[in-house]
Order: sequence, then C-alpha cells, then structure tokens
Amino acid sequence: MFSVTRSQFVRSLAAKRFGSTLAFVEANGSEISSASLSALNAAKQLGNPVVAVLLGSGSKSAASQLNKVEGLSKILVSEDSQFDHQLPEYIAPAISQLISNNDYSHFVTSATAVGKNVLPRVGALLDVQPVNDIIKVEDPTTFKRPIYAGNAIVTVKSNDAKILLSTRSTAFEAVPLTASESYPVEEFTPTLEKLPVEWVSENLVKSERPELTSAKIVVSGGRGLKSKENFDKYIFPLADALHAGVGATRAAVDAGYVDNSLQVGQTGKVVAPDLYIAVGISGAIQHLAGMKDSKTIVAINKDEEAPIFNVADLGLVGDLFEVVPELTEKVKA
Amino acid sequence: MSTKLNILVPVKRVIDFALKPRINKAGTGIEKTGVKFSINPFCDIAVEEAVRIKEAHKSLVNKIHVVSIGPTKAQDVLRQSLAKGADSSTHIDSGEQEVEPLNVAKILKQVAEKNESNLIILGKQSIDDDSNNTGQMLAGLLNWPQATNAAKVEIKDDEVYVTREIDGGEETVKSKLPLIITTDLRLNEPRFASLPNMMKAKKKPLEKLKLKDFDVDLSARLEVLKVEEPAAREAGIKVGSVDELVAKLKDLKAI
Repeated sequence: MFSVTRSQFVRSLAAKRFGSTLAFVEANGSEISSASLSALNAAKQLGNPVVAVLLGSGSKSAASQLNKVEGLSKILVSEDSQFDHQLPEYIAPAISQLISNNDYSHFVTSATAVGKNVLPRVGALLDVQPVNDIIKVEDPTTFKRPIYAGNAIVTVKSNDAKILLSTRSTAFEAVPLTASESYPVEEFTPTLEKLPVEWVSENLVKSERPELTSAKIVVSGGRGLKSKENFDKYIFPLADALHAGVGATRAAVDAGYVDNSLQVGQTGKVVAPDLYIAVGISGAIQHLAGMKDSKTIVAINKDEEAPIFNVADLGLVGDLFEVVPELTEKVKA
Repeated sequence: MSTKLNILVPVKRVIDFALKPRINKAGTGIEKTGVKFSINPFCDIAVEEAVRIKEAHKSLVNKIHVVSIGPTKAQDVLRQSLAKGADSSTHIDSGEQEVEPLNVAKILKQVAEKNESNLIILGKQSIDDDSNNTGQMLAGLLNWPQATNAAKVEIKDDEVYVTREIDGGEETVKSKLPLIITTDLRLNEPRFASLPNMMKAKKKPLEKLKLKDFDVDLSARLEVLKVEEPAAREAGIKVGSVDELVAKLKDLKAI
C-alpha cells in the first residue's frame, strides 16, 4: 500500500519537474514586445522546455522573430482575426484550451495591460489562482511578488496543479535576440464562443521618444511643474537632451499636463531605468512604487523635506524653473 | 437599453491608501491593529460610477446592490456606499480570513446570480494585495464580456461603450449586457457622503451572511511563506549645484 502511494507520489513529482512552460508572446506587427522578451526570460528560469504562443493575424511573421531567441522548443500560432484586438474574451479560452489539452505545468505572460486582462480570466477558466506580477522565481512553485504598492515583498508557494504567472518586466532582463534557430511552428485552432463584445477604436499616444517602460533614462514631472505649458517647456527638452522617456505623477496626469499613459506608479507604469530624474515630485508611496527600483534616482525639488529625497541617490534642492534649463544646457554640452 | 439594469458593486475594506504599511514582527503579514482602514479607492470609484449611471438614466436602473467580503467592520464601507446612493447591500463576514481573488470571484458569482445582476462594476485592483484579478475572474466564471481599466462609460441604445486605459494610450470597446467593468482612477471623482445621507443609509437593507453560507472551497491555493521589507536604498547625497549634479552623474556613468 505504502509503496504504491509512494511511487504515485514520485511520479507526480517527476511529472511536475518534466512539465513544460507555455509563454504568451505579444507582438506589435512583427516586432516582439520587450515585455514579452522579459517574460520569456522568467519562463526559461522555470527550467522546463518553453513553448511560445502567438495569437492573431500576422502572428506567423512575428513568430519568425522568435528564432533569434535561444532555448525555445516550439512555437504555436493561431492567425484567427478574432484575436486582433487582444480581446480577453477570446484569448483566455484559447490559452486555457491549450493548457487543459497539453501537459503544460506553467503558463507565463508579462504583466502588461493585455497580460493583466487575460491571465485572471484564464485562472477562472482553469480553476487556478495565478501568481501576479512576480519579481523573482525562487523555484518552479515559489515566487516573490510586491504587495501594498511595493512596500512589502511576499514569497508565495503555489499549491495549484498548473501554475499561472505574470511577470513584472522590469524585474527580468529581456532574452537576447542573438540566436539563429529554426523552431517548428504549429498552427492550432481553438474553439471560440462569440460574445457580444466588440472593439471599436483606439487612440494611441505617438511619440518619437523612447518608450517609457524600456527607456534607459526617464525624466518625470509632477505637480511642481504647475501647468501643461511648463511641462512641455521644461521636461520634454531635458528628456530630449538625454534621449530619455518621459513619465509623470498621477497629480500631473490628473491636472492634464500629460497623457495618462505616461503615469508612473502603483496603478500606472512600473519603470526601472538606469537613471530616473524626478522633477517637482514629492514622492508619494504610490509614485515610489513605480520607480524605486531605478538604478540611480535624481530628485530636483524646492522642498528639502520632500519624501523623494529619502530614495534619491542625488538630490538637488532648488527651483526647478531655474535648475532644469541649466541642467538641459549642461547635459547637451 | 430595454433591459433594466441591476448593478452590483463589490467593495473592499483596505488599509488607508495614505498609510505606509508595517510588516508584523513574525514576518507573516502586515500589521493591522490600530491602523486606519478605508474603502479601497478603486471600489469607491466603482460605487460613484454606478450612482452616476443611475442619476443619468433614472428609468433604466432597477437597483444598485453593494457587497463586501471582510471582517465585521467591512459593514462601514457598505454603509458609506449606501450613503452615496447604493440601494441595498450584503456583508459576507470572513472574520480574519484572507480570501483569495479566485474565491472572492466564486462567491461574487453566487451573489450576482441571486441579485439577477447584469452589470457588475468593480475596482481594477485592491491596493493591499495589488492582484488586479477579481473582475476578470468573475467575468470568466460567468462567461460575460469584461471591460477593464475603464476611463469612461457611456450607455448608448442597448450597448455600453467603455474607454479603457491600455499601455500605449486608450481603446474603446462596446458590449451588450451582461457586462463586467473594472474602474481606473480617472473614471470619476467620488463624492463625499453627507451626514443626512449617512443617517438615511442606516435604514437601507444590509443582509448579513457568512463564508460558510457559500459552497466554495476556501483553502488557500497560494501559501504565504514570508513577508519582508523591500531592499532598502542606500542613503543618497544632496548636491549644491547643477554643475555638481552633472559631474556626479558623469562619475556614475549615468549620462
């Protein structure tokens, strides 16, 4: 009796160890998103073979980009146009069917707007509680994630039979695009039930500047800028001089200085650039949650008691309207 | 819209957003005694949106029902929501037990079915666990469409148009009922509950249930092994001038 139970136990362990990981890859046209390249890194850290899945028209051409990534086992694509606007009502059943019908032990997506929209729905369909926004893989069942706006880090062990993960892209380096593999590409056809939801339109912010979440340098402005005109006049030139992405606090976004897609913080983007320059930002915990893992933080604020100085490596107490133009000139030189 | 709206708004009681949480001595969770709790800010926005829909489309809304799963004190956030304009409420007493989003969604599904809800508005995430799960899970369990991170909600004919915040900007989706919406910060500015309305709210229905009234297996899927402080940053320095700042940045090879 005991030996049977034990061999079953060993077998279930082995099954877990030799499972494989399904990784959801987002692409813009044929370009793989940088967040997905970070998620692939986390997926590889789980130690199992990694199968990438791409959905939507053009996913086959995007799939060929993955030949530059080392260590995948195969690529699954479905070019059904129902996936084109990333509606979770279709992506989630497609993913959950793949997971149910195969022996994937793990599913990984990046914690982007799309990933956050899809992953919990997959969890509900599979009766699994996902582990969200992980920053570290301790072992294939144990992960670290931030809670309370990053004020605490919790280590959790998943007891679910299948493990669903989303990854914080700033916590995992992107996999390099240096390989020249030739992975088998398999098409699959999920069963999709039509729901009464339709994509209508989108309004994307166009910018020549580096994308906020992948920029090496970020210049952010807060309430201290006082107006949209000042934001345009002081923050953008400094960002341009440094080839930096532009971010903002919630206060700046709410006041209409910049578009809300530039918000950095607990409920906006999470960034971890090499250099983060916070201009006229007090440093509320919700903002710090989005930037405190930056390598070097510079704060420019006239209030020397501002909490931002507690996390800044370099602080300059002064009037931003004088300091920022001077800084812009001097970094150009 | 010919169908009458039965709006359900789940709300959560969390540590007040302005407080910096402290980790308990045992390293197993967050210290909760003697700490100010409030309604989760995103839930407050969800209540406000439901009330605005009712104010804008009086003949359309049958009722707004709010529900909270939490300790006895979670009744406070329900009373507040009733004072802001919700019609009725359910409190599901969970004592000190943490209920994971999947189980919250399973309980909410039963509450939604009982209330014949056809529009459910939730916050996009709770600011304690930061999971951003429950709305999407509830939509998955009910097999309803979901419009998450809503920045704008409009009802036109028999469809609801929702403008969503996405990574590169925004997008608009439309859906027929039933529908789940989760709220982003910019959807609206919640009103304050006036004292007379707080008094009136005391007379509004508050149904009291317990977790065991629901047929849901509450055993934790995710086991918390430890809770710890994030790595502390080393103390920085103050510089006296822009020149000094530029020099230091060059030393650090940051520019």
